[in-house]
Amino acid sequence: MEKIKSLADLKKLQENLLAKTELQGNAANSDSRIRVRVAMATCGIASGAREVMEVFIEEFTKRNIDAVVSQTGCMGYCYAEPTVEITLPGNEPITFGFVDVKKASKIIDKYVLNNELVDGIIPVNYETIYHN
Amino acid sequence: MAKIKYHILVCGGTSCQAAKSEEILQKFQDLIKIKGLDNEVQAIRTGCFGFCEQGPVVQLLPDNTFYSRVKPEDCAEIFEGHVIKGTKVPRLQFPVPATGELQGGSSQKGHTRKQIRIALRNCGFINPENMDDYIARDGYQALGKVLTELSPEATIEILKKSGLRGRGGGGFPTGLKWEITRAVTADQKYVVCNADEGDPGAFMDRSVLEGDPHSVLEAMAINGYCTGADKGVIYIRAEYPLAVERLKIAMKQAREYGLLGVDILGTGFNFDIEIRYGAGAFVCGEETALIHSMEGLRGEPTVKPPFPSESGFLGKPTNVNNVETYANIPAIINKGADWFAGIGTEKSKGTKVFALAGKINNVGLIEVPMGITLREVIFEIGGGIKNDRKFKAVQTGGPSGGMLTEKDLDTPIDYDNLIAAGSMMGSGGMIVMDEDDCMVAMAKFYLEFTVEESCGKCSPCRIGNKRLFEMLEKVTQGHAVMEDLDKLRNLSHVIKDTSLCGLGQTSPNPVLSSMANFYHEYLEHVGDKKCRAGSCKSLMQYIIHAENCIGCTLCARNCPVDAISGERKQAHFIDQEKCIKCGACMEKCKFNAIFIK
Repeated sequence: MEKIKSLADLKKLQENLLAKTELQGNAANSDSRIRVRVAMATCGIASGAREVMEVFIEEFTKRNIDAVVSQTGCMGYCYAEPTVEITLPGNEPITFGFVDVKKASKIIDKYVLNNELVDGIIPVNYETIYHN
Repeated sequence: MAKIKYHILVCGGTSCQAAKSEEILQKFQDLIKIKGLDNEVQAIRTGCFGFCEQGPVVQLLPDNTFYSRVKPEDCAEIFEGHVIKGTKVPRLQFPVPATGELQGGSSQKGHTRKQIRIALRNCGFINPENMDDYIARDGYQALGKVLTELSPEATIEILKKSGLRGRGGGGFPTGLKWEITRAVTADQKYVVCNADEGDPGAFMDRSVLEGDPHSVLEAMAINGYCTGADKGVIYIRAEYPLAVERLKIAMKQAREYGLLGVDILGTGFNFDIEIRYGAGAFVCGEETALIHSMEGLRGEPTVKPPFPSESGFLGKPTNVNNVETYANIPAIINKGADWFAGIGTEKSKGTKVFALAGKINNVGLIEVPMGITLREVIFEIGGGIKNDRKFKAVQTGGPSGGMLTEKDLDTPIDYDNLIAAGSMMGSGGMIVMDEDDCMVAMAKFYLEFTVEESCGKCSPCRIGNKRLFEMLEKVTQGHAVMEDLDKLRNLSHVIKDTSLCGLGQTSPNPVLSSMANFYHEYLEHVGDKKCRAGSCKSLMQYIIHAENCIGCTLCARNCPVDAISGERKQAHFIDQEKCIKCGACMEKCKFNAIFIK
């Protein structure tokens, strides 16, 4: 990793990173890749998020689906752990709750491949100070 | 198979369901069938949208339109107009306040949502183990700005103007604390992050550290620059292994990028951070006890003054701030003091993270603007009380706080209002209780915790709390007399007035506050030997209804202490002296012959 030597360097790095994510995960860009975020704070992991994340990675590889799967922190929906947020190209992000291993496969079959929603959707109930 | 083009999301939260959202869902599903659009349109039930007063709420995707207060008879109009012809139904559209900025993941509704995430801005968005994710979302820009454009004094001025107060519970103005530490001259100073979160039911700080560790590191560096410290220490309990792991990864990455270490961003500012582990003692959240623990001494508090700002870690000036306080700071520097001060109430600015737990539908981590009411938090964001039971009280401030009741539901939540209502902000645990919770037992539960956690240094806390606990035990077991209630109150005040540190000074709060709000329950326990919530086992009696009992002997055979006697085919009898109230008999009885009195 190269050292960041000045504020200008930092800003340049941010620009490059943003340009990269713009290509990959911009909701408006329909050529972008599918993005999956798994909430992996202690509580998420305790309720099985790690296994769920593995299912997504394995299934995507097996079915040759181009997607970025990453871990993230607590999304705040403790009552519905494990929680997973999926952004399909050209779509708003959708958060699914109560995602166990079985439901993860179902989400891939129904939502990722066919844009058909499954039960357990959690609407975003907060605002944040940044664009998603 | 054709891909689904339209989604109709119908809120399935408790409050919307009560307002016929199921019927609305069914209507939409029927309409889809009738029009033969099964392959193109899908109607589905979702979780709570969190703005229940606008319910029932219907959201249409992909164009992200919200309809509020929808009635079953409106469904045809929305379906025909919006889904088929593509023209929205403005009559029902959720009001869109004119805010220029499009906020949040899918929000186009300005400030209609109850939650605003500042401290949690990156939690659940970024990969906490990837520093690039943080940098992409303005990470370390605040540090860069402070180091290159602002003097320490100017930065402290921003914090003072923002009105940020300590989120650990005390609510001391953060900018002022920094100013005091800055004013002390010393060859070495320290900044400390207090990550010793220990209230039962609280997990705000853990979530921040696990979801966005860099925000804390960045803010600590800013603190170092402002107060004149080049060393930071994070005091975290070893019980948080994942938070520790992610902090370590974050620190390593920050060093590799040169954002921790020497000559940060070429400005000549040096700052690095180390981690010290706590063993999970509640008292070590108190800053003097925390500092002693970091020094390798026993985690015991000392009398203030001297304050840590003058003489703290290793005798040097030390600035201690809480995790959530730190997490707010980069956002304040980036967006400005006025922006932050624009959120909240007159004396409590910004937002507060709460861990919402207990008898509530949507248990979760929430961040709300100061000044929101308990009613909004519990009945809208929290989705109401579990199993439609009746709300009774909410404990804020953990074992140091108090109970807020029905009468406080519409009080705006801020530091001062909560104290006026007999509780406190605390670090952010919020435990909701319903009619099945006994308030005396609740007070006893919290006191048991403080007795366990008392360090033992001062006698009011060490001995007083133990005696207080014993008295409460007498009350819940039905052995107390009326004079005991006066003793309970008097001793509580003595402990409050004479304890050395915050732990002891606040430990009787649950007792005093439950006595203030639920004195009748204390009276019932003592006078009538009754617990209205049915939770104090000693005051309960399992009784066999002679008329219903056929003498099958099933209960007697299942009683673990042989408290049930009776001849075969004759009504049985429970010996109350022997009964341990385990409930096994009632569970086994097939004839509803056993009841609780």
